[in-house]
Amino acid sequence: MEEQGVKKEELVPIFIMGKRYDVPSSLTIQKAMEYAGYQLIRGCGCRGGICGACGTVYRFPGSYKIEVGLACQTVVQPNMYLAQIPFFPATKRVYDIEKVKPSIETIVKYYPEVLRCLQCNTCTKSCPMDIEVMDYIAAAMRGDIARLAELSFDCVMCGLCTARCPAEICQYNVAILGRRLYGKYILPKAEHLTEMVEQVRQGKYEQMLRELMDTNEETLKKLYNEREIEPEQADEFWEPKDKSFL
Amino acid sequence: MPYTRELKELIRKVEATRPARVERKKRGEEFPLLSLKEREERLRKYHPDFVEGARREIRVGVNKGYAISPEIVDLLEARSRVDPDLIDLTKIAYETDVLIIGGGGAGTAAALTARERGAKVLIATKLRHGDANTMMAEGGIQAATKGTKDSPYFHYLDVIGGGHFKNDPELVYTLVTEAPKVIAWLESLGCMFTKFPDGRLKTLHGGGTCRKRMHYAADITGAEIMRTLRDEARNHPEEIKVLEFSPAVELILNEHGHCSGAVLYNLETEEYFVVKAKAVIMATGGSGRLHIQGFMTTNHYGATGDGLVMGYRAGVKLCFLHTVQYHPTGAVFPEQAEGLLITEKFRGAGANVLNIDGEQFVNEREPRDVESASFIRECTERGKGVPTPTGKVGVWLDSPMIDMLWGEGTVKREFPGKYILFKRYGIDISKEPILVYPTLHYQNGGLEYNCRCETSVPGFFAAGEVTGGVHGENRLMGNSLLDVCVFGRIAGENAAIYAKEKFKDGKLTLDHVRRYHRELEEAGIVTDRVAPMLLPDYTNPKVRERQLTTHYLGTLR
Repeated sequence: MEEQGVKKEELVPIFIMGKRYDVPSSLTIQKAMEYAGYQLIRGCGCRGGICGACGTVYRFPGSYKIEVGLACQTVVQPNMYLAQIPFFPATKRVYDIEKVKPSIETIVKYYPEVLRCLQCNTCTKSCPMDIEVMDYIAAAMRGDIARLAELSFDCVMCGLCTARCPAEICQYNVAILGRRLYGKYILPKAEHLTEMVEQVRQGKYEQMLRELMDTNEETLKKLYNEREIEPEQADEFWEPKDKSFL
Repeated sequence: MPYTRELKELIRKVEATRPARVERKKRGEEFPLLSLKEREERLRKYHPDFVEGARREIRVGVNKGYAISPEIVDLLEARSRVDPDLIDLTKIAYETDVLIIGGGGAGTAAALTARERGAKVLIATKLRHGDANTMMAEGGIQAATKGTKDSPYFHYLDVIGGGHFKNDPELVYTLVTEAPKVIAWLESLGCMFTKFPDGRLKTLHGGGTCRKRMHYAADITGAEIMRTLRDEARNHPEEIKVLEFSPAVELILNEHGHCSGAVLYNLETEEYFVVKAKAVIMATGGSGRLHIQGFMTTNHYGATGDGLVMGYRAGVKLCFLHTVQYHPTGAVFPEQAEGLLITEKFRGAGANVLNIDGEQFVNEREPRDVESASFIRECTERGKGVPTPTGKVGVWLDSPMIDMLWGEGTVKREFPGKYILFKRYGIDISKEPILVYPTLHYQNGGLEYNCRCETSVPGFFAAGEVTGGVHGENRLMGNSLLDVCVFGRIAGENAAIYAKEKFKDGKLTLDHVRRYHRELEEAGIVTDRVAPMLLPDYTNPKVRERQLTTHYLGTLR
C-alpha cells in the first residue's frame, strides 16, 4: 500500500539475544533495538561512537568468527545474532599522578598482569576502533610509555578487549595510565602557558578587563568590529600590529 | 554507505571549483565576513529562534511570562515524577558533604576541587560516569595562552561579541581569566594536548575568534578531557563516590529554605531514595534530546534538561533560554551518521562550505548562529541545497581542501575520529567532502548563577551547560569545554567551603514541589506530563500500541 515513488525500506532479520526481529536494513544496531521495542538504559550513551557505552558482539550463522562493533556505529546485517556488553568488571588501580614515574616500574607496580600477556592478539581483533591493542600492551611491557600513549589514543574504553583477554588484563585502564604519564611527564611543558598563568595571577590584564566590563554596548561593538584578525594562514609566530592589549 | 552515483556527480562540481578556492585561501583572500548589522538581519530572517512558534510563555514559577522553546515549557509545566507525600524524608539512604548531580565535565571537575577542599563528595549520575556532552566535544578548548599575540582582553571581546553583547560581564571575566589556569591544570593532570615538539600548544581558529586560541587533542578533545578527569576522580575512591544510573528527580530543601539534598531514582530497580547533603551542585548539562523544532541533535542520550526542571521548581530563575544553539555542521549523510557532530575545527583548518553548484555562499568562520542561518537560507529560500537519498538536504563541507592547504595526510592525522568513522561507511573525507546541515547542539541558557556558581537558593550551586549567562545569546566554539572546567572547579570549591562554614542543618522538606503542583493547578494546567524526562523515547510507536498491560503485577509490566 506504499505511495508511488516512495520505496518501502527492505526489512532484514536480526537476532537480539537470540530472538528474531525484522528491522529496516539501513539502521544501526542501536536504532534497530529501539525499532524492535527496546527502551535502552544501559548500552547507550553518546550515540556518536566516542563514549564506549555500546560495545556489542555478534556472529553469523555457520561462522566461527566473533565480530565486534559499537552498536551506535554498526549497521545491521541479515541474520546477525548479537548481544551488547554494556558493562564488564574491570580493574582500575588507584595511583597518585604527582608521584608516579613514566617508567616500566609504574606499569608493573599497578598492572603486573600485563606481564601475563599471551600475545594472542584477541584484544586487537576485539577492538571496534581498530586500535593495535596487543602492540600497546607490548609497549607497556617494554616501558615504552610514549608508544603506549600514542597507539591507544583513540580508545573509547568500551571494554571489549578486556572482556575477551585470556590473560585477564584490563587493557584500557593500562592505556589511560600510559596516556596520563605521557601527557604529564614526557610531552614537554608549554612554557608560554606557564608565563600566561603567571601574568594573569599578577593582575596584568586586570585594569583593561575591568574597563571593558564597564564599557557600553555601542563602544564594545566598535571595539569588536575593529579587532585585528589573525590570518588563517599565519604561522605560529604571527604578531598583531597593535600590541596595546597584550 | 558510500556516496550514491547522484551525489558523486554533484561532488564533481565541488572538485571543479576547488583548485581556485585553495589558491585564494593561500593568498589570504577570504569570503567576506558579515557586518554586525548583516548578521542580525540574517539571524532574524533565517535562524530557527525567530520562526513562528519558536517560543511560548511559561505560565508558572519565577519566570512566569518568559517565552522560551515550547519543548522546554512543556517540561516546566509538568508534575513531579513522584508524589512528594510518598517520599519519607526521614529515611536517608546516603549522607554527604557535597552532592553533585551529573557526572560529566562540570560535575567531575567540581568533585575534584571539592575533594581538594576536604569535602566528601557524592556524584549522582543518570547513566555512566562520563556519559555527557563533554565526552562528545571535539574541536577544542579556548584560552588565551600565547602572550605575544593574544590576551584575556581579546578572548573577552570574542566571547561577548559572539553572545550578541548580552553576556553577564562578571561571568565572562571569570571565564577568560581562569582559562589559562584551566589549561595548565589539565596539562598537569596529563591531558594529551596536541603540541609542537618544543611543548608549545598547537592552536587554531574557531568561528568568531580573532586569535588562534583553540587548543585541542586531535579531534577528540572532550573525550580526552573527560576520561582524564574521570580517571583522576577514580583515584580518590574514598572521598569521591559515584552512583551511576541514579538520576536526581527533585531537589530537597530544608526548613530554612536551603538546599539540602535530592531525591534520586534507581533506573534499574525503579526505587526512589533520599540523599542528604550540606551543599548541592547542579551539573546536569543540556537538552538536545528534546529535539527542539524537530531538529536532529549532536547531544548525548541523556541530555534532557533535567536540571532546569529541578532548579526551577526550587525557585531558581532561568535566563538566556530564549536562544538555542544549532551547530552548523551536523552530518546528514549517510543516514546512520545523521545529526553527528562534524567539528568546527574542519572550518578552522580552512574547509569551505559550498552549495549544490560548488560555490561559496558564506565565510566558513562566522559565529555558529550566523553560519547556521546562512546554511538554512541557502537550502530553503535560495534552493541551492544538496538533496540526500532520504529526502533531507545539506551543504558541502570541503574537507579535502585541508590536505591541499596543510599537506597530504593532515585530515587523517588531525581528525582521526571522523576519518575512521566515515571510512567505515566507505567515504574518505580526505578526498570527498562531507554533507552537513545545522543540528541542535547547545543550550545557551539555563539556571541563573553568579561567578561563584551560587544560585538564589543557599547551598545550591550550578555549573556548566545547565547554567545561563556566560555565553549570552550564543556560545562560541571551544568555550563550553572551558566553561565546564572553569565553573565546575569554582562550584566544587565554593560548595565545599559552604558545606564547611555556612551549612545550617534543618528539617528536610519537599514543600516547594507541593507548592509548584498547586501553582500548576491554579494556572489551569491539567496534565499527566511528568518531568524531568530522564531519557528520550525512541522506541517504535507500533510496539507501543501493543504494550497493553493495564497495571503492574509484581514487577512485571
